[in-house]
Order: sequence, then structure tokens, then C-alpha cells
Amino acid sequence: MKTMTEIKTNKLTLVQAVTDGLRTMLREHEEVLVLGEDVGQNGGVFRATDGLAAEFGEARVMDTPLAEAGIVGTSIGLAINGFRPVAEMQFLGFVYPAYEQIMTHASRIRSRTLSRYSVPMVIRAPYGGGIRAPEIHSDSCESLFTHMPGMKVVVPSNPYDAKGLLIAAIEDPDPVLFMEPMRSYRAFKADVPEEKYTVELGKGAKLTEGEDVTVIAWGNMVSTAQKAVDQLKDDNISCELLDLRTLYPLDKDLIAESVKKTGRAVIVHEAPETGGVGNDVLSVINNEAFLYLRSPVQKVAGFDTPFPFFSLEEEYLPTPERITHAIKKAVTF
Amino acid sequence: MENQFPIRQILDGEGNITDNSDELTEDLVKEMYRRMLRARTLDRKSVNLQRQGRIGTYAPFEGQEAAQIGSASAMEDGDWMFPTYRDHAATLTFGHSVTTIMLYWKGRVEGCVPPEGKNIFPPAVPIATQLPHATGAAMAEKRKGSDRVSIAYFGDGATSEGDFHEGLNFASVFKAPVVFFNQNNGYAISVPVEKQMNSKTIAQKAVSYDIEGIRVDGNDVLAVYFETKKAVEKARRGEGPTLIEAVTWRYGAHTTADDPTKYRDQQLSEEKRNQIDPLLRLERYMEKNGFWDEEWKNEVMNVCDREIEQAVEEMEAYPDADINDMFGHVFKEPVWTIEKQRDEYLSFKRGETV
Repeated sequence: MKTMTEIKTNKLTLVQAVTDGLRTMLREHEEVLVLGEDVGQNGGVFRATDGLAAEFGEARVMDTPLAEAGIVGTSIGLAINGFRPVAEMQFLGFVYPAYEQIMTHASRIRSRTLSRYSVPMVIRAPYGGGIRAPEIHSDSCESLFTHMPGMKVVVPSNPYDAKGLLIAAIEDPDPVLFMEPMRSYRAFKADVPEEKYTVELGKGAKLTEGEDVTVIAWGNMVSTAQKAVDQLKDDNISCELLDLRTLYPLDKDLIAESVKKTGRAVIVHEAPETGGVGNDVLSVINNEAFLYLRSPVQKVAGFDTPFPFFSLEEEYLPTPERITHAIKKAVTF
Repeated sequence: MENQFPIRQILDGEGNITDNSDELTEDLVKEMYRRMLRARTLDRKSVNLQRQGRIGTYAPFEGQEAAQIGSASAMEDGDWMFPTYRDHAATLTFGHSVTTIMLYWKGRVEGCVPPEGKNIFPPAVPIATQLPHATGAAMAEKRKGSDRVSIAYFGDGATSEGDFHEGLNFASVFKAPVVFFNQNNGYAISVPVEKQMNSKTIAQKAVSYDIEGIRVDGNDVLAVYFETKKAVEKARRGEGPTLIEAVTWRYGAHTTADDPTKYRDQQLSEEKRNQIDPLLRLERYMEKNGFWDEEWKNEVMNVCDREIEQAVEEMEAYPDADINDMFGHVFKEPVWTIEKQRDEYLSFKRGETV
């Protein structure tokens, strides 16, 4: 086993870590393929596949026609027949034409064939608001996929996790939606090991230890929640911040253990509140830690409206102020 | 197959008439030029506004003015237009104000709202999804017994999407009065059309649906105008849909967030200006026929500049976006979840304890 000092690391942004993860797997496994609109010569609209076509050739990093259902449908065919496709949706909000292929095929081929066929594919998709993008581009529609039996849903919030989770997703024998928080793509750099490593799917992370309240977030909302948690130190409110990292299956042990300790919880997500993953987290808390609760669980979420045009996106997105307000409400109940 | 779908042209790049079967008047030529200059001025101004951070990401169309304006000029009040996010020259010609178009790119929902009496659908951001809408709206007009028609705009990449085929197929089955207007500008972001499809033309796809498919020089505003007019009139007579492929070229990027030098030789793009530019060829034609007038052009230019500068002022002086617009238009009748979220949020904004 190598010690940390022997592991060579690079300072990478989240999007560079995604590229690094893809490169690692393309090098290691001949059966890994990357496909999607503009992923080849252009290197992806966010440069997540930059340089990969040059290194691995157009037969493995494929520009496809502009057709999301076609990209996912052919990926399913590739996956059942020996390959591990990594399909890119340019934005998660563009996934809707492919929804049928994912819902009616990718997610249930294993159960329909009693595991005779499996679909080891990854769908990568930038998601989330806050970058002044045009309509549809900012949708956070993760719950459409957590509600889909047979799909795993993964959302990194930092460069280290992005590489490790992506590699784990590509190695997973089942279909994985890999959501990339685009507002965090280039927000900061962190140490990312050069070598291959994985971050286990289905396991969240405790980012800060705290005593008074558990704050639960994922993706873009982790850094927003972190700001709120930091602000509350001045008020002597001690928060335990959890980054779920995987939205299906949830890390119920991490959530339960933390809420049992703090007795309070605030869930933060930018997707609309109704039908959101926050309700599943709430269900875990009810089932696992109900008798430990000292106040009603709070949710800070997007509204039940289409993601607005960018002139109003800062009103829609949860802010540190809305989160601190909810935390204080939980603590002072 | 290419031979079966020759490119129809009236005016070549040098301003020579190559087909004199349609009647050209000085008024028509000047009006088309005026419309194209107005659109180009708007487009260049918008790119500059984006670079200055005064609007958001913008989708330019310079080079495609003839395709958009020639086709839109063939439409009449009461008809339906289903544009993409790039068809500002078409919507401008059909009735949108410059201010409305700029508001859209400023991230304002008001930019989706057409003026009273004009049927302009909000720009389609997903690809090809507007084609079935255009078919449906045309089916509705047919059922109502009117002679109104729909036009749907889309690019070459859109022909790969399922909605393209579904829209054409429904139109064919129901003989809907709709014109499918394709602008084939050679690239879907970075993917050249020969990697987008293996068929040699887009027009030939009409064969599958047993509808008429035609190719037109998309940089020849007169050819586009007359060919679209024929398709529109055919639709009005109840003779069904047409697929028009306008072969054109956009000089610039997919959007201001894109860098075309990564996948395209920009030198070639600049060279094309002199060969095929839609405005330049009209200038050359007018010059050859003795009615080009620099002074007239400057007057037109001044009018365009004034209109656009005024629109910029209006856009920038527009009242702040109203939070209630976000909550207030999700359903016709309010539902409790949204009302509760709105009330709590407004109360939070006012600093009241919720």
C-alpha cells in the first residue's frame, strides 16, 4: 500500500478531474467508449473530453449525430454486447428525449432478462443553475432518475470525488447517471491522484463534524451549504455537513448516524421541492432516527416552478442566507 | 440523389440572374436588402453586447439572413412561426420587436412573448421539438377550415432527432399545411453535416414521407422568398407540407460560448463572405442593374442603427424582473404548493420570520 506521500497528485478542477477519470478508464479498458455530441474534436462543450479523441482516436471517442435518444439507445446496444459506453448529454436538461430509452430499457433490461443481459453504461450530464445559461440548460431533474428502478444516480461536488466516483460508475455493472455540477466545474482546484482509484457508489461523506444540526446537500449545493455552515460558527451553531455523493441508493447509515447525534436536520437541494430527493432523505430520517428528532426537518429547495430565465435564477436557487435561516429555525424550534 | 434535388437559385454570388422565371422588382429587392441589413445590424450589436456582458450567451446568425428573411417574408399575419433560438431575423421580420429579442438574451421571459395578433412561438431550445408543434398547429388550422399555415425553422443537426421524423410523418399523414424550413449551415456546433448524416441532402428525406422536398440557395434571399411562397401557397390550397433545405453558411460560432477555431477553418469562413454573402450579392445585383445607391444604403443603415440603439436603451431601462412572474404563470389557477413557496420566500426576502 502506498502512503499519501508516494501518491502523485495534480491540482485539478472538477471538470479536469472528469477528463482525468475518462482518460484513466480509456487507457485501462479497451471496452470503454466515449460518445456524444461534440465530444470528439471539440472536446465537449465544457471541455470535459478535451484531448481524448486525439489520444484514443475517433473510434473510441465518438462524435455522434445530434440525437439524445440515439446516443443512449445505441449505448444500450453497445453495453449489452461487451462495451462500456460513457454517453454525454450536453446538459441534463437535454436528456428528456432520451428518457424513454433510459426508463423503459437501460434501467430494466437486467430485471426483464433475469440478469441475462446487463447495461454497464454511464450517462454523464452537466446540471444546475447559476451560470446564466439559457432556458432548459439549468434543470436539476435528478429525481426523475432516482424514481427509476434500476438506475444509480451519482453527483460529485469536488474534483477528488469526481474522478473516483466516475471510475466507480464506469466499473459498475449497471447503468449510472453521473451528474456534473457545472457551477462547480471550474470553481476551485483540489489534489487529485494521478493513479486510478475509486470512491464507492452509495456512500456519502461527512465534510464537517457538528453537534447541533445535520445539513445534507449534494452537487452544487454543497459549497452553498458550506458557506452557511461557516457563517453559523459565529452564532455558535455547530453543523454537521453531509455530502450525499450518491442519490440512489442513499447512504442511509451516514444520514441516520448523524441525525441521531444532532437531533436536527436541514436538507438542501436546488431541484423543485415537490417530489425531490429531499423527500427520500426525509423518509430515511423518519425510518431510522424518528425518536431522536428534536425539531421538524427543514428543507431548502428550488420552487415548484420551471427553472426561471437567468434574470431570476438567483431568486430561485437556495442561498447561504436561506440555508442559515432554515438552520436557525431547526435549532430554535 | 443530389442530382434529383438541385439547388434552386435566382441570383448567384456575383449578383447575376441565373433563373429569370420569377419577376423581380426594384422595390422587392430593396425591401429584402433593408430587412437583411436591419437583421445583420441587430446580430452584430448583440454579439458586442454579449462581449460587454450586457446580455448573456447569444446565438449569432450572420450569414443566414437570406434564409431567414426570405422565408419569413413569405408568411402572412395569422400564420404560425415556430423558430429556434437562432432565428431572430425570421421572428424580427414576422413581427417581434428588437427589444423583445434582446430581452430574451438578457435572460428575461418577456423575450418569449409575441406581440398581440402575431403567432410566434417561443424559441425552441431543445432540438427539433418544435416540428411536431408546427404540424399540430397546422392541423388545427385545417380543422378550423382556415387557410393559415405554419412554418418551422430548424438546423441540419435537427434532422437526426426523432422529433424531426415524427413531425414530418404526421404532417404527411394528415396533409397538414406546414412548411418545414431547414437551414443547413454545415455544422451542428462542431459536427460537420457529413458526419451528421450519410444522405447527401436534407431535401431527399422528404421522399420517405411522400412530401415535396426542395433545395434552395439559402444565401439567395430572392430564391428563398419565391420558393417558400410557393410552398406556403400550396399549403394554403390544402395540398400538404413541404420540406425546404436552404443551403447556407454561418460565419461565426454556434453561440458566443463556443470557439469555432477548434473544429473549423475560420479563414474559409471569411473567404465565403466574398463568394456567397446574401447582402453583398444584392448590392452587386443592384449595382449591375443601375439602382445601387450608397446614399440610400447609408440612410437605411442610419434607420437600423437608431432603432437598435433605442431598443438597447429600452432593454437596459426595463424594470427589474418580477419574482411573481416566476410563481404566477405555472398554472392558470394557483396551486397551494407554489403559493406557499412564494409567500414564504417573499416573507423571507422582507426579513420577516417565517
